[in-house]
Amino acid sequence: MISTTALMSGKRPKVLAISSGGGHWIQLLRLRPAFEGCKVVYATVKDGYRVDVGEEADFRVIRNANRWSKTDLIRSALGIIALILSVRPDVVITTGAAPGYFAVRIGKLLGARVVWLDSVANAGELSMSGRKAGSFVDLWLTQWPHLARDKGPACHGSVL
Amino acid sequence: MIFVTVGSDIPFNRLLKAVDGWARDNKRRDVFAQIGRGGWEPGFIPFATMLEPAEFRERLSACRLVVGHAGMGTILSALQCSKPILVMPRRGPLGETRNDHQMDTARQLQAMGRVNVAFDETELFDHLDRMEELLPKEPIAPFAEPELIRTLHDFIHHRTRQ
Repeated sequence: MISTTALMSGKRPKVLAISSGGGHWIQLLRLRPAFEGCKVVYATVKDGYRVDVGEEADFRVIRNANRWSKTDLIRSALGIIALILSVRPDVVITTGAAPGYFAVRIGKLLGARVVWLDSVANAGELSMSGRKAGSFVDLWLTQWPHLARDKGPACHGSVL
Repeated sequence: MIFVTVGSDIPFNRLLKAVDGWARDNKRRDVFAQIGRGGWEPGFIPFATMLEPAEFRERLSACRLVVGHAGMGTILSALQCSKPILVMPRRGPLGETRNDHQMDTARQLQAMGRVNVAFDETELFDHLDRMEELLPKEPIAPFAEPELIRTLHDFIHHRTRQ
């Protein structure tokens, strides 16, 4: 497994931090101290967000998708497969939405350990992608204590 | 300036029409809006369909008040800049978003004292008429809560916490 090899050889773990734009991206950025000691690749849907991580950061642009357009969904998924094959992350972390879902799904299939952090926007119920991701992710998190369940997502604080 | 933003994905005409009407009635020339794609275009207030992230940040840091939908991009951007924010949630039943999650977001963040909420146009006008009473909330920390950071950091480095 990639992650075990990385650990044994004392290499820094490689993290793919990926999300769609807007609030999902801002939430992802607020997690940055968690990536200390890691090689991080950031991926989101607009080149304009590059300034948020600085010139020296590894920043990739992916195609956005939402569940209303099948063509976009397929294109986005193909782009993310290519991204994950080229990055080979040990860990994939996402705050959603559709591109993040593809990334954890594909990342998991390709041997990464994966994290779903449901957006803080989902204060009444988990997002649909968040519910689906729950069946296979290694760490499944909500940001609202009242949405945490024994066999469901855990809550360990929020981005606020 | 009052900076109005409704995100980029889906139009939010109800909010824009209300703010545009309010600005016209009150002869307010200090309102600017990012209206998103494919929506109704204001007749009175200047607007842009989409701002690049850099210009968005400039407009935001220069404004006196942020008026927006209850999307987390809008809310977090305003909080990170310590700007007062007034949100009107998009409604699922009106086709303004896919479900009513913005109502949940608005209620929870209002209860936490993070945002001012107008649940409809009447409340929006009330708040705008008394906008000098909308003060910046306590600034938020630059990053997520320490427990969340620790949880993720430990997970990445294969340490599990009890």
